Amino acid sequence: MLKLGGGGQDWACSVAGTGLGGEEASFEVARLGQRGKAGSGGPGWGCAGIPNSAPGAGMLQAGAGGPALEGQGVEEVGTPEGGGEERPARHPPAPALRLLNRKPQGGSGEIKTPENDLQRGRLSRGPRAAPPASGMGDHGGQPERSAPHAPGTPAGVGAAAVNGLLHNGFHPSRLCSRGPLGGGDAAPPRLPLQPELQPQPPPPQHDSPAKKCRLRRRMDSGRKNRPPFPWFGMDIGGTLVKLVYFEPKDITAEEEQEEVENLKSIRKYLTSNTAYGKTGIRDVHLELKNLTMCGRKGNLHFIRFPSCAMHKFIQMGSEKNFSSLHTTLCATGGGAFKFEEDFRTIADLQLHKLDELDCLIQGLLYVDSIGFNGKPECYYFENPTNPELCQKKPYCLDNPYPMLLVNMGSGVSILAVYSKDNYKRVTGTSLGGGTFLGLCCLLTGCETFEEALEMAAKGDSTNVDKLVKDIYGGDYERFGLQGSAVASSFGNMMSKEKRDSISKEDLARATLVTITNNIGSIARMCALNENIDRVVFVGNFLRINMVSMKLLAYAMDFWSKGQLKALFLEHEGYFGAVGALLELFKMPDDQ
Amino acid sequence: MSWPGTFKMAECGASGSGSSGDSLDKSITLPPDEIFRNLENAKRFAIDIGGSLTKLAYYSTVQHKVAKVRSFDYSGKDTEQDHEPPYEISVQEEVTARLHFVKFENTYIEACLDFIKDHLVNTETKVIQATGGGAYKFKDLIEEKLQLKVDKEDVMTCLIKGCNFVLKNIPHEAFVYQKDSDPEFRFQTNHPNIFPYLLVNIGSGVSIVKVETEDRFEWIGGSSIGGGTFWGLGALLTKTKKFDELLQLASRGQHTNVDMLVQDIYGGAHETLGLSGNLIASSFGKSATADQEFSKEDMAKSLLHMISNDIGQLACLYARLHCLDRVYFGGFFIRGHPVTMRTITYSINFFSKGEVQALFLRHEGYLGAIGAFLKGAEQDNPNQYSWGENYAGSSGLMSSSPELCPTQRARSGTFDLLEMDRLERPLVNLPLLLDPSSYVPDTVDLTDDALARKYWLTCFEEALDGVVKRAVASQPGSVDAAERAEKFRQKYWNKLQTLRHQPFAYGTLTVRSLLDTREHCLNEFNFPDPYSKVKQKDNGVALKCFQRVVSALDALDWEERQLALVKGLLAGNVFDWGAKAVSDVLESDPQFGFEEAKKKLQERPWLVDSYSKWLQRLKGPPHKCALIFADNSGVDVILGVFPFVRELLSRGTEVILACNSGPALNDVTYSESLIVAERIAAMDPVIHSALREERLLLVQTGSSSPCLDLSRLDKGLAVLVRERGADLVVIEGMGRAVHTNYHAALCCESLKLAVIKNSWLAERLGGQLFSVIFKYEVPAE
Repeated sequence: MLKLGGGGQDWACSVAGTGLGGEEASFEVARLGQRGKAGSGGPGWGCAGIPNSAPGAGMLQAGAGGPALEGQGVEEVGTPEGGGEERPARHPPAPALRLLNRKPQGGSGEIKTPENDLQRGRLSRGPRAAPPASGMGDHGGQPERSAPHAPGTPAGVGAAAVNGLLHNGFHPSRLCSRGPLGGGDAAPPRLPLQPELQPQPPPPQHDSPAKKCRLRRRMDSGRKNRPPFPWFGMDIGGTLVKLVYFEPKDITAEEEQEEVENLKSIRKYLTSNTAYGKTGIRDVHLELKNLTMCGRKGNLHFIRFPSCAMHKFIQMGSEKNFSSLHTTLCATGGGAFKFEEDFRTIADLQLHKLDELDCLIQGLLYVDSIGFNGKPECYYFENPTNPELCQKKPYCLDNPYPMLLVNMGSGVSILAVYSKDNYKRVTGTSLGGGTFLGLCCLLTGCETFEEALEMAAKGDSTNVDKLVKDIYGGDYERFGLQGSAVASSFGNMMSKEKRDSISKEDLARATLVTITNNIGSIARMCALNENIDRVVFVGNFLRINMVSMKLLAYAMDFWSKGQLKALFLEHEGYFGAVGALLELFKMPDDQ
Repeated sequence: MSWPGTFKMAECGASGSGSSGDSLDKSITLPPDEIFRNLENAKRFAIDIGGSLTKLAYYSTVQHKVAKVRSFDYSGKDTEQDHEPPYEISVQEEVTARLHFVKFENTYIEACLDFIKDHLVNTETKVIQATGGGAYKFKDLIEEKLQLKVDKEDVMTCLIKGCNFVLKNIPHEAFVYQKDSDPEFRFQTNHPNIFPYLLVNIGSGVSIVKVETEDRFEWIGGSSIGGGTFWGLGALLTKTKKFDELLQLASRGQHTNVDMLVQDIYGGAHETLGLSGNLIASSFGKSATADQEFSKEDMAKSLLHMISNDIGQLACLYARLHCLDRVYFGGFFIRGHPVTMRTITYSINFFSKGEVQALFLRHEGYLGAIGAFLKGAEQDNPNQYSWGENYAGSSGLMSSSPELCPTQRARSGTFDLLEMDRLERPLVNLPLLLDPSSYVPDTVDLTDDALARKYWLTCFEEALDGVVKRAVASQPGSVDAAERAEKFRQKYWNKLQTLRHQPFAYGTLTVRSLLDTREHCLNEFNFPDPYSKVKQKDNGVALKCFQRVVSALDALDWEERQLALVKGLLAGNVFDWGAKAVSDVLESDPQFGFEEAKKKLQERPWLVDSYSKWLQRLKGPPHKCALIFADNSGVDVILGVFPFVRELLSRGTEVILACNSGPALNDVTYSESLIVAERIAAMDPVIHSALREERLLLVQTGSSSPCLDLSRLDKGLAVLVRERGADLVVIEGMGRAVHTNYHAALCCESLKLAVIKNSWLAERLGGQLFSVIFKYEVPAE
């Protein structure tokens, strides 16, 4: 399981985020050793890595803390969210003024009693099995502003990562009620962060401090035609936010000296952790090392957190005065549009919105071109129709056109790509990763993508599905259908007896197989219609999902009689974010 | 009131099914004269057993009383006897072939098999063709009960054979579903060439089959996400066990609570981006949470959308890959359920951007049974014949939408019937149609036009008494005529009531279909030709006037004669017992004659008047060959049509005179026309020589309708039209030239003439009672 960090991490972040008092608070918490408490109250990315999973996690916490959750941790620490924010010192003048009116709202709702807090803290540390209920803190969990958009979706502190870095980060009060399951097994290294968590001195109140900052930043990145650090690319999807961060490794001593604290803390925080808040995760295994981007050498980091934590993230951006570093953030995905206004009004950040399909393709081509730390990015499965001999093999995608690109996120988009900038969206389907997880949650009560996949790995879909042989007693020769082919997904579930005899694992497996085969089938038809024989599957539905990859490889090969090849890429879901980052380098200097 | 054609089985009660037994299944009473009719002559059986419904097909023969006309043998006596009728009528028994299809719930299968065994007289039958998923399960039961050997037939082969059969033989078989329109069904005229097409059968899974010819089809793909997925997954999610109940849940739900929409991802920005915010980005995308409860309704709705969209998308992809634009949907997922037809239609429109049409079939549920039957009957060559839906014996399409028609849900436990008559002769398109694929016979679509529908239904209701009276009077010697006539009244009345509520029950509702239904109902109760005596008398009277009329015409100069001939045609057309305004006059004034009728006619200029153009044309070279569709017996054909024919013949134009094959109202039948022609020939040398030299040919239309469908005409007629190079078509009468074919476009000259004998219709057309339509059309070069 990729769930890292656990409660500890959250906690660390949350503490860090409590504003001016953060420092003391963090120590205090640490002393108390009540990680759980802190965690729950913390800004953590509310969900366990996968947005969908969030609910489950949230439930646990919710059950524990009840509606009261939020803010309690904070209070205990002595920094209620609202109060903390109001401290003038935390905010740079300009944004602060704007934010002042708003913060209290959030804060007010979140104040809880200490008892609750304690309770919550304890529970959140408990084993994940706990949960109950209803209660979850729907209300509590939601960031004030998110409510209209995503009712019932506790906003994790999306910003946690940034938060952590920026010390002031986020409101502890708003936690995503769905925390990572159980809290943490692996306590993330908190201490190293502490030094960076120091609150920043408030920027001078006189004229245009932000501008000065910007100018300085520009110098920081070393060259005028280069955008200022930090370099982020962001892809805000329906379920997950994908964030890539370029960590410069060629920083000179002089540069380091000039680097503002804010910037440095971001860098240190992001690169020295693998989990941020409750639900933010850095996919360490995907890190691209010794990369040269825009003239700088460094490493590219891949981070994801659930979209429901977006508001936390924005909030933190505001609190950390992110806008003083960098006025423009390159973002793609539907969320770039959905949250644009919030970024601007809450965090004084201007999003540079980018088309998600453009970004996807540019990002993919780029990552493939640089390779995966010396290994190929692209691979396929040899002997896909023979389970014993089927194995992963590198594939050279140097001449990728034309390709059919199947992007499997919450939903699925299918593109025909003819050249770097000649492509069309062929079609899409709403039966995607979101459907798999959504149905699995309903059918099995599972809470996370990881959990759903784990169940699926153990299950047997043939108990659930009606096969050709269940109907015809064997192969349906008239149509050349094998007896083992699925005739009707979930078809056996028409019978009550069979409904009573299957396991949750079987259901999870059937759901996975159904969704995967359907995508395969649509992709195959599109490939035929577009006369393309290479089908590249990307997107986070494939993350840690070998079952689906092999099924797709099998389906492409079998149904096309070997004419179609299914290809996969190591950085599955991150191409949109990489594409967004690439756009940053293209932006005019004065942006 | 019960729906005509469906019969509720008694919940309990005496066993009508013969063999003893105490199972509930057997405690039903099957009315033998209504369901499983004509079993005694049943010859060939086929059965299609699905998941919940059984469809039984059998071929049988029906004995009909038929009125035959026969010339008197004049050889012994050559004196004209004024009081004698011109020919004699005899009622004979005729045997016609009929296909019976009965659909019932599997629960009743045993009772039904018992019933069949008890009523099956014909012992030659040894085999029953069986198809469908349940065929295997019930094999032993069938073999034991019926003592017939079960021959299993391939499901898909049967389905496609059945589909081809209904598409070829049943007009308005296919329809598109339009939500929010009233009615929701829009029927398609049958394309002359039904191939190629795509059949998407949504059973538990989905099969997509490309059908290229009668015998060639190919399974091109499928999907495991089908009706079984909806049912199975739906049962898991909602704990609702029945398919119908799941659909009902779905029809009440809000999928937006469960699905992640584009607007959920894009916020409000979707508008500026030109995206539809309501599009589903991820089905069940919002349900990935453990802290929220979702209602059964919402989940069922989301599931329905997910599955319908997926099937629609795949169907479009396959249609595109194979360049097909006609996609028929069938299978239990569709079977008459408006909810699923709606979502599938939406999906097809969305994914094909309107290029592909989702088509549904009225008799979709019967395809397998029909196909299995055809498989077994191959030696009888059923495909060589044309078949017609018998409106009297068939149940018609029911809307099973719970919202639309709550009572329909109570239909379980009822039987649904389809009967098809084998037509004596194969029917084809008139070769002179400009564009057979766009030809629509009917002028007004009453399904569409609520006002007209109301008027005509009332009109037919009001005329019913008269028809009943006429029917009884036509069989003075019969003891049970009154009783049968009463049954006829009940049956037709019920049909009219059905059509009031469900105008789509038999395809597009038209004046023609109302007339045809009445004829079918009359036949059903052995009133094959209620007007035979009237026609006999009218023909006798008119024949006596023929020579006088012809002499008077001959005395006129050419130009006056042309007008007089046309007026004669029109005046003759006034004699229409089908028109209430006229039948009232004829009933009350037996002396009403040709001259009186001429006086009734509107003065020129007529309501539609292209006479001058016609006259101009007559001054030119003669037509090569004229095809004339005659209307009424008596004055119409004898004093109107024949003098007109005679003039054409004199000009050197050959004439094909086409009359109905079977009786309808007082329309002249082919056999009557033969006698009439013979009698006229005896008086008139022009007609005499033309008949002898085959410049005047009498043919039958293949129809027994007061209206005219130029896409279903006797093959012999079509052959003749081609051989003789017909270049003029004359269509006469309200039924043939106004209710139908008013807008028919032909590739040769045509003359459509009629007298409007219905004040409502006259008013609609902007005229008055007895307004004249004279429409002469020349196709654009």
